[in-house]
Amino acid sequence: MKPAVSRFSIGKNWLYIPLVLMAIFYLLPMYIMLVTGFKSFEEVDLRTMWNLPQGLALDNYIEAFSKLAPYLLNSFIMVIPAAILSSFLGSLNGYVLAKWKFKGADIIFPLILFGMFIPYQSILIPLVGFTNTIMKPLGLSGIPSLILAHIIYGIPITTLTFRNYYASLPGELIEAARIDGADMLGVYRWILLPISIPSFVVVLIWQFTSAWNDFLFAVVLTGNNAWPITVALNNMAGSQIIAWNVQMAGSLLAALPTLLVYLLLGNYFLRGLLAGSLKG
Amino acid sequence: MIKNKDRYLSFLLVLPSILAVGVFIYGFIGWSIRVSLSQWKGLTPDYTFVGLNNYLSLFSDPRFMVDIRNTLIFTLVFVIGSILLGFILAVMLDQGLKGEPFFRTLFLFPMAISFIVTGVVWRWLMNPAEGDRMSGFNLLFSNLGLDFLVNKWHTTPEWGMAAIALAAIWQMSGYTMALYLAGLRSIPAELREAAKIDGATELQIYRYIILPILSPVSLSALIILGHISLKVFDLIIAIAGKQYQLDVPAIYMWQTTFDGLFYGRGAAIGTLLLLSVAVLIIPYIRYTLKNEAQL
Repeated sequence: MKPAVSRFSIGKNWLYIPLVLMAIFYLLPMYIMLVTGFKSFEEVDLRTMWNLPQGLALDNYIEAFSKLAPYLLNSFIMVIPAAILSSFLGSLNGYVLAKWKFKGADIIFPLILFGMFIPYQSILIPLVGFTNTIMKPLGLSGIPSLILAHIIYGIPITTLTFRNYYASLPGELIEAARIDGADMLGVYRWILLPISIPSFVVVLIWQFTSAWNDFLFAVVLTGNNAWPITVALNNMAGSQIIAWNVQMAGSLLAALPTLLVYLLLGNYFLRGLLAGSLKG
Repeated sequence: MIKNKDRYLSFLLVLPSILAVGVFIYGFIGWSIRVSLSQWKGLTPDYTFVGLNNYLSLFSDPRFMVDIRNTLIFTLVFVIGSILLGFILAVMLDQGLKGEPFFRTLFLFPMAISFIVTGVVWRWLMNPAEGDRMSGFNLLFSNLGLDFLVNKWHTTPEWGMAAIALAAIWQMSGYTMALYLAGLRSIPAELREAAKIDGATELQIYRYIILPILSPVSLSALIILGHISLKVFDLIIAIAGKQYQLDVPAIYMWQTTFDGLFYGRGAAIGTLLLLSVAVLIIPYIRYTLKNEAQL
């Protein structure tokens, strides 16, 4: 290792002061969620909300879980197929748009990309109309409609991520496979699919997180039996009946799945995040 | 030599996605525009053409004026705040300090949770109640002897949106930090060292070398955050519900369409939102794809 002149000097240790202060700022909401959750019902009081709990009670979590469990389940049922299917479609699109450019592909790709940024208010009325006239008679309103929305409106970002990844692979890789007799699908199945597992992880995590955290589609496409967790939590917080301490515990439960994914697979999450700003 | 069979097959593979995007994005946008030019108000669709009436009435609608004002305040505070904070954090983390991964992970974690969760928690943190019922940040400030910081947060008249933007900064500044950090890491160390040998101070290096190199990153951040500001919705709903003082176009659209059944006006708001996003995003997509083609 070469001795870096400026970047490791002791003179920079003062930076820990602003860094720690910022860390406290980012942790405050998390602190409140955790601390409040672990207080017993008797101990909960807005005036002592910043105090540490006297013991480790689970009252709030149990109460929040008993209220939110069905909606957490709805979210899982919705998010898993949505993430898998939109990732798979994105990988097919990315493969073709990177390696099998057909006539007009250069026009299609930016048109797909634009879909990533549109405000969904501009398609919401037709989407609800479509759900009511086509999905509902088929018995597919509620969660299936929500899954469909997440798959379709997820296509732009998943396509972008895979297309950028496949475009970065050398053409020789594909040429070599073709000389060996692989056809278009064979190249995908035997060459690209196996090496794009990391990209799949990136895209799956991204789609899981955005579908889990979505509120707008959920609130217009689902009724109260099919609500995902975001809608249920928001309604819980809006009602006067449920105490704030239970809301805090509920917030933590709602955040936990994506938070765990982030903590376990942070680097993949980061790559998805950067891909979303168009820089692959 | 590419076989024709492969050509057709490859097109067939993307066809479902192209059709889905064509119908659910562009077809639906067209349909929305059609609704926005109609007088549809009520449960049954009514496509009677009324020209731009829905748009014109929005621009003389006091509520829509409040929305524009609120969006401007939010955008200004949120975009500037997130970019500044993100940049400062990235520069601090780029100094090679021990514990950098810990801080980076910490600053970015709010990106993983939903605006709804953020909103529900911040609603209590920004509780404006006074006296015995004081809680949240105000209580914390009061306990720390920082009473001058106690304020009414999102219930502040006129400027309440700035408090909402604060919660959004908490959530999104890690994202700008990540963008800048990736940018900083791609700058070769030789460049800084050369400038140092030439006698440049640390500040000058950032001002004259690093910031200009990072200007594409700043542009991305500006556009991504700017377009998020135009769409802001969940966060406000979770913090404050539907309140006139904190109204934005996305909430107005939702309310007038699904509570008020005024589809014509709802579609007009949706279309205006789309136009404002398009003005930002279309040049950005063109610019990015052109740069990529030159590589």
